[in-house]
Amino acid sequence: MASETMTRSGGHDALRSFLKRTAQFLLVLATTLLGLIAVTFFIGRVVPIDPVIAIVGDRAPAHVYERAREELGLDLPLIQQFGIYVKKAVTGDFGNSVLTTNPVMTDIANVFPATLELATLGTIIGTLLGIPLGVLAAVKRGSLIDQLVRLLGLVGYSVPIFWLGLMSLLLFYAKLGWVGGPGRIDVTYSYLYTPVTGIVLLDTAMQGQWDAFWDAVSHIALPACLLGYFSLAYISRMTRSFMLNELAQEYVIAARVKGLSEMRVIWRHALRNAAVPLVTVIALSYANLLEGSVLTETVFAWPGLGQYITNSLQNADMNAVLGGTLVIGAVFVLLNLVSDLLYRLLDPRTR
Amino acid sequence: MVGAPPFPQPSATQAWLLSPEPSSRWQARLGRGYLGWRAFTKNPLAVLGLGIVVLLILVAIFADLIAPYSPIAGGDLRTERLLPPSAEHWFGTDDLARDIFSRVVYGSRITLWVIVLVALIATPIGLLVGTVSGYLGGWVDTVLMRITDIFLAFPRLILALAFVAALGPGIENAVIAIAITSWPPYARIARAETLTIRNSDFIAAVKLQGASTPRIILGHVVPLCISSLIIRVTLDMAGIILTAAGLGFLGLGAQPPMPEWGAMVATGRNYLIDQWWVAAMPGIAIFVVSLGFNLLGDGLRDVLDPKAAK
Repeated sequence: MASETMTRSGGHDALRSFLKRTAQFLLVLATTLLGLIAVTFFIGRVVPIDPVIAIVGDRAPAHVYERAREELGLDLPLIQQFGIYVKKAVTGDFGNSVLTTNPVMTDIANVFPATLELATLGTIIGTLLGIPLGVLAAVKRGSLIDQLVRLLGLVGYSVPIFWLGLMSLLLFYAKLGWVGGPGRIDVTYSYLYTPVTGIVLLDTAMQGQWDAFWDAVSHIALPACLLGYFSLAYISRMTRSFMLNELAQEYVIAARVKGLSEMRVIWRHALRNAAVPLVTVIALSYANLLEGSVLTETVFAWPGLGQYITNSLQNADMNAVLGGTLVIGAVFVLLNLVSDLLYRLLDPRTR
Repeated sequence: MVGAPPFPQPSATQAWLLSPEPSSRWQARLGRGYLGWRAFTKNPLAVLGLGIVVLLILVAIFADLIAPYSPIAGGDLRTERLLPPSAEHWFGTDDLARDIFSRVVYGSRITLWVIVLVALIATPIGLLVGTVSGYLGGWVDTVLMRITDIFLAFPRLILALAFVAALGPGIENAVIAIAITSWPPYARIARAETLTIRNSDFIAAVKLQGASTPRIILGHVVPLCISSLIIRVTLDMAGIILTAAGLGFLGLGAQPPMPEWGAMVATGRNYLIDQWWVAAMPGIAIFVVSLGFNLLGDGLRDVLDPKAAK
């Protein structure tokens, strides 16, 4: 996705190149999504579980079996089956979950806000702490804080997230009692508010249920901090390297020669230029948290998409697994493309 | 490297290694390797990483000698269940009265087996796709890179989950799934390297001598891509270990009673609050080993690829 189109001056050219880039963007999006669908279709085909038997049971007479097979479209040639699969996937129809008997898309719409809430909060924590840490590490290169950032990064890249989750539960929940345990909210509070957005923190706050709100905060604090830590490890490391890059540029020297305060040079001039690639990093870390949420949600019994996928996996509910995989893949692709677009919007050099 | 001689009097071997006029190709290569080794050992963290990896390999080889108990058969279920760490059981015992230390020791074999297999499967695929794509260019490049992008578009663990779900749980399928999700970055790197090599004079010279395309790719392009790939694969090892452990934790990797570290943490989950060691010990093993690979990868990158270091 390199930005190979350089615009010359002239409104016509600019418009044409804009249209061309948009078309390219859409084409990339379409082929990647089609590819995702093809991969999940392929995975669905190699499954050793016979989807017909999963529905009619293994004692069904032959004619029932045949009819179910026809209804599922499994007697058609593969390529035609793929066509139908694509058509359905595009409209968000992934079939019904065997486990919950709901359409998979309905299930996903129910659980997705929980994942969104957790990953968003994690990214916010990671960004708010990671950027200042990275900047400080770059400015005071070799200092204690630089070593700390390096250490945080190394540990973040090396520690199994599920293990750190369990250990933090043990320490902060079981031993110290500082936070709420697994789950999103205590059962006592769960009937005090009506789910509107599906995001508990928002719902309880909007309905003025502050007791429930603080209970939800105590439940989300630990998993959000955990995800925030992984995001921080990545963001601070990248901020440091971007800032080192910027601080070596001539405009920084020029700004210093001009007599600007060091604060201004660092936070206004250098960070501003480092901010452009940082947007990409933050979007990527957000996408990574969606992945990290699979394990985190399992540890914290967080009823999100990750837990939905793992639960479905354990029950061999392939429709749900593939639907969930596809949704996460699509969000991942979209986030990547959005970060790419933002990069182009923010950096005048790519125009 | 030339300045600041750390040794007052270089021994004959060193003099031979560092000779400015090597008399054979082997001498030149060994000399370069020696310089690299010296640069590498200047970085204490990298040496620590190498130490951890070597330790992992040694423990895996000599597991039979190191482990005091059997990793599978437990002790007396009435008296030896869930014992805390002690002189007899360094890491305590688990719910089936098995010695956790012995299980962690044997688990190193599974970890090593997984990373070696994944590296052996994924690296050649990535190398081949990347070099072919970069060298041939045109529509082959477009198609191959689109496929690579699609695989990159999936988060690794999720794709591995879906594959394991389809193939069925088990260590072999976990390896296949991780390998399938690992090759795309390697293909990207190999392609980028190939693009810089493809127009150089020596390739043109080989071409003029009448070498076929496969010969150019395999004999002349691939060897030049290998060093940057090795760095990347080493840096990736930690990710592979963590993915394998994650699959194990979800019950999709090695099946019981195999002493897989991730699965052991999952067992410990049930006894977390009162018998913390059951979950803690195997997790520490995962952490230490992936830390070792990260440190080693960072050190290798600094030595082999100074451009990318800072």
